[in-house]
Amino acid sequence: MSEISDHPAASRARVPAFLRKVDPAVATAFGCIILLLVVGSIYSSNFLSPDYLVQQLKVASFLGITAAGMMLVILLGHIDLSVPWVMTMGAMMACAMAGYGTTGHVLAIPFGVFCGALFGLINGFGVAYLRIPSMIITLATNVVAQGLMVLYTGGFSPQDSAPPAVRWLATGFIIPGVPNAILVWAAVSALMVFLFARTAFGRSVYGIGNSERAAYLSGVNTRWIVMTAFVISGALSAFSGVLVAGYASKAAQSMGDAYLLPSIAAVVLGGTSILGGKGSYLGTIAGVILITLLQSILSVMQMPEAGRQIIYGVVIVSMLLLYGRSPATR
Amino acid sequence: MSEWRYWLNEQRGTLMGLAIFIAMFAVYISNHPAGLTANVAQTAANKGVLLAFVAMAQALVVLTAGIDLSVGMIFILTNCIASYIVVGSVGMTTLGIVGTLLAGTACGAINGLLVIYGRLQPIVATISTGAIYFGIALILRPFPGGGVNEDLADALTGRLFGVIPASLVLLFAVVLVVWIPFRKSVLGRAAYAAGSSEPAAFMSGVPIKRGKFAAYCLGGLFAGMGGLFLTFFTYTGDAAYQSGSGYTLWSIAAVVLGGISLFGGRGSAIGAIFGAFAARTTGDMLFVFDVDPLWQPLLQGVVLLLAVSIGAIALFRVRNRLEWFQ
Repeated sequence: MSEISDHPAASRARVPAFLRKVDPAVATAFGCIILLLVVGSIYSSNFLSPDYLVQQLKVASFLGITAAGMMLVILLGHIDLSVPWVMTMGAMMACAMAGYGTTGHVLAIPFGVFCGALFGLINGFGVAYLRIPSMIITLATNVVAQGLMVLYTGGFSPQDSAPPAVRWLATGFIIPGVPNAILVWAAVSALMVFLFARTAFGRSVYGIGNSERAAYLSGVNTRWIVMTAFVISGALSAFSGVLVAGYASKAAQSMGDAYLLPSIAAVVLGGTSILGGKGSYLGTIAGVILITLLQSILSVMQMPEAGRQIIYGVVIVSMLLLYGRSPATR
Repeated sequence: MSEWRYWLNEQRGTLMGLAIFIAMFAVYISNHPAGLTANVAQTAANKGVLLAFVAMAQALVVLTAGIDLSVGMIFILTNCIASYIVVGSVGMTTLGIVGTLLAGTACGAINGLLVIYGRLQPIVATISTGAIYFGIALILRPFPGGGVNEDLADALTGRLFGVIPASLVLLFAVVLVVWIPFRKSVLGRAAYAAGSSEPAAFMSGVPIKRGKFAAYCLGGLFAGMGGLFLTFFTYTGDAAYQSGSGYTLWSIAAVVLGGISLFGGRGSAIGAIFGAFAARTTGDMLFVFDVDPLWQPLLQGVVLLLAVSIGAIALFRVRNRLEWFQ
C-alpha cells in the first residue's frame, strides 16, 4: 500500500471508476456502520443475527421516513424544527379519526398525514412567500401544534390506541420475515429517489439549494417548490408519527421529541450539506442506519439518556467539522 | 436636530419594545385583582428578569446575524452547576458564583469557536452543543435537587427598601457594567458590523472574528447569569428539557419583540429586556383574564407565532424582487 499512497493522483487512478464516484461522506457513513456492527458483535454475539438486524431496520424505518422529509428541506438550505409535534399530531389525529367507525378506520392514516401536510403548508407558506427564516417559523409552529395537542388531549379522554390498520402497517408482515414498516420505508425511499433523480421538482430542489437566485432567474418557480417541499416534509413527519403509534400501539405526548435531533443528524451524517444543494439520498439511508445502530448499541450498553444526548451532540459536531463547513470568507 | 434623529432611528426597535411592554403591562395591571402592589411588581420583575437574561444572551448572538438554539440549555446547565457550588460561607458562595458564570461563558465560547473558527452553521452547531449541555446537566442532576445560599437568594429576589424589586436593580447593574461597555468598545462595534454586513466589515479591517467571538462569550455569560438567577429563584437545580427548550424559544420571541433584527446588526440588548418583559406579560395576561389552562399553551403558541412571524417577515424590506432570493 505504501508505494500507492505516495502519489495521491496515481492511487486515485487505480481506484475502480464506480468507486471514484462515491461521495467520501457516504463511504464514511457506511464504514462507520460496519465498524459499529463489528464493535457490537464483540459486545454481544446476537448482534449479527438476522432477527436482530431486521429488528434494527424496522426501528430505523420510522426515523428513515422522517429523515427523508428533513433531507428535502435541508437540501433547500432550510430546516424543519416542527418535526416533534407534527409527528405527535399525525399520530394522535390518526388515532382520533379511528374512533369514528368504519369510515374513520379507512381515513385514519390519510387524515393523520393530511394534518401534517397542513402544518407543512403553514411552514412552507411562511418560508417561501413571507420570507420568514425557516428555523423561526418551524420553531413557532411546533409550539402551536403542541398547544393544539394539549388542548385536544386535556379536554376529554381521547381515543389514543392505534387502529388495527395502523398497527398492521407498522408491525405486520406481507412478506414473511420482513416487517411492513421496512417495506413502507423502501417505498418512500423509492419515491424520494425518483423525485430527486427523475423529476423537474427534484432537480429544482438541488438548484434552489445551490442558489435560489440563479434558480429563479432560470425560470424555476422557486417559491412554489420551497412550499411544496415543506408540505412533503410535514406529511412525511406525520406519516412516520402514525407508524410509530402503530408500533407502540398508541399515540403519546412528546413521542416525537426523540426524532428531531436524530433526523437532522442522519441527514448530516449522510453527507448532505447543511447549506443546501448537495447530498445524496443513499447517504441519508446510511445516516439513518448508522444512528439507529448507535442508539441500539448505546441502549445495549445501558447508556443513560444524558450520555446519549452528549454522544449525539459530539457526533453531529464532529461530522459537521469534517464535511459541513462553510467556505472561508477570504 | 439631525443628531437626535439618527439616535431615534437607531433606537426605534428598542423604543418599540418598550412601548409594547408598557401597553401590555398596563392592561395586565389594570385587570389584576390586586393592582400594582409591591408584591405583584416583585413577582413580575423576578419572572421577567429570568427571561431577560436569556433574551440578552440570545440578542448578542442574533446581533452578529447568528442564532443560539443552545441558550436555554446553557441556562439549565448553569442552574444545575449553581445548585452544587453556590452554597456555604460568603467566600465559598462568591467562588461558586464566579465558577457558574465561568461555566456559562465557556459554553458560549465553545459555540463561538464552532461557529466562527469551525465555520459551522449556527443553527445545527448550537442544536448539537445544546444536546451536549443538556446531557451534562442531566448527569449533574438526574433528579431535581441541590441548594443555594438562601440569604443571598432571598436578598436578590426580594425588595430593596421594601419597594424596588432587587432583581431589577441587579439587571440594571449588569446592563451598566457589561452591556454598555461592550456596546461602546471596538469589539462591540465589530460584532454589530459583522452582523450588518460581514464582507463590508471585513473589507474595512474590522476585527469581525474577535468581535463575534466576544459576543458569543458574553451571550454564554448572560445565559449563565440567568441560570444563576433561576437557582436563586427556585432554590434547586433541575435538568428540565421542556424548560430549556421553552426558554430558547421565548428568548427568540423576546428578541424579536424587542426590535432586534434576526438578520443581524440592528437593535440592542436593552430592547431584548423589554421584549422579555413583554413576552412574560403575555403569559400573565392569560392568567389574569382567567383563560382555561388548557387553552394557554395554544394561545401562547399563537402569540409566539404571530410575534416572530411579523418580526421576521423580510417581505417589507424588499425593494427589488431579486432580494427575495438572497
